[in-house]
Amino acid sequence: MSTAATGKGNEGRASVAHYFDSARQQYESQKLGMWLFLATEILMFGGLFCAYAIYRANHPEIFLYAHTLLDKNLGAVNTIVLLFSSFTMAWAVRAAMLGQRRLLIGLLAVTLMCGFGFMGIKSIEYHHKWQHGFLWGQRFDYAALEGHAVGHDAAADAAHDAPGGAAPGAEPDAGHAGAPARTDDEAGHVMAELDTAAEVSMAHGHAAATIPRNLHIFFGIYFVMTGLHGIHVLAGMIMLGWLLRRAIRGDFGTRNYTAVDLGGLYWHLVDLIWIFLFPLLYLIH
Amino acid sequence: MSEFGKPLDPSDTGTVFDEPGGADLHPHPVPLWLLAGVFGALIALTVATVAVTYVDLGRFNIVIALAIAAIKGILVAEIFMHLHWDRPFNRVLLLSAITAVALFIGILMLDSGTYLPDMIAGYAPGVTQ
Repeated sequence: MSTAATGKGNEGRASVAHYFDSARQQYESQKLGMWLFLATEILMFGGLFCAYAIYRANHPEIFLYAHTLLDKNLGAVNTIVLLFSSFTMAWAVRAAMLGQRRLLIGLLAVTLMCGFGFMGIKSIEYHHKWQHGFLWGQRFDYAALEGHAVGHDAAADAAHDAPGGAAPGAEPDAGHAGAPARTDDEAGHVMAELDTAAEVSMAHGHAAATIPRNLHIFFGIYFVMTGLHGIHVLAGMIMLGWLLRRAIRGDFGTRNYTAVDLGGLYWHLVDLIWIFLFPLLYLIH
Repeated sequence: MSEFGKPLDPSDTGTVFDEPGGADLHPHPVPLWLLAGVFGALIALTVATVAVTYVDLGRFNIVIALAIAAIKGILVAEIFMHLHWDRPFNRVLLLSAITAVALFIGILMLDSGTYLPDMIAGYAPGVTQ
């Protein structure tokens, strides 16, 4: 970036690159570049939103059932954590523009802490899904789901022992991991697994009977969308750490705040995507 | 916003190099009360979007959820991301990306809607068997 650190003795000033007419033109150009990048980010997530829309339009019952396996409260808390971090980030940009160095350092630190909080809660959620076998593709553990829905009775335990039904928390199926490509046998195995799950649910009646097939489709979409978003949060945290280091060093001031401003734009976009992910994944009605 | 739209006056730029990071960089800090107000509104809308899932409105549940998300998105983009005071072209970029995604999703959904969902047995969970 051409507003690179000016170091000591030039506190709070950005140098203007020779190919810009003025500091403002440089600032506007950098901001335009950032917005162009954010537009490509929206296009990238757009592909995933498209997958979501098509699967949900074709198979609404999968989404309706599978979303109950997510923790709505943790999702709501994470939403608030991310919104709060967006607020502190916007305030940090204001502090940078006004040259409030101590406030800027504090606000960047709070924003970074919110990033850790978000990822912490996210990892609790992921761990829970992993334990219960609510995973993507062939890793989805239908037998464990029966236990989840029916309760810990004998039949549910029997389902755990059934062929193809891995115990919750077990290591990923070695046979699947080792195979380079899906064979017909494997596909048949998956189908048998699905049939086993369906039969158990038929035998049990009540809640279990309403479990739709192919729930793994929802979790594939869930993990890719929240996972890509999580990677963006991690990237944002690295960026915040870099901004924090520069703020402590005293790089920023009333005439050099571009990096904070553009970093803020990125952090807000990550928040913006979560604003749509939360109702679409956790609040299906 | 209007002053951002003006073409650069070449005669203005002479002094810039004498003063790096010069006088023509005018920061526009967003008032704190506005930032706090937007944050409050975002929290209120989050509560509203959770609350509305407890009411059965049929197909309007998803419409309301997306409408609330859109309002939240506009608040974040216009105030937190400063678009309200920026050059309009930044907003054009954002809107064009959203339009491209909307076209992408819309046309593909039209396309996928024309096919039978139960072509392959066992891969059609939408059809009760």
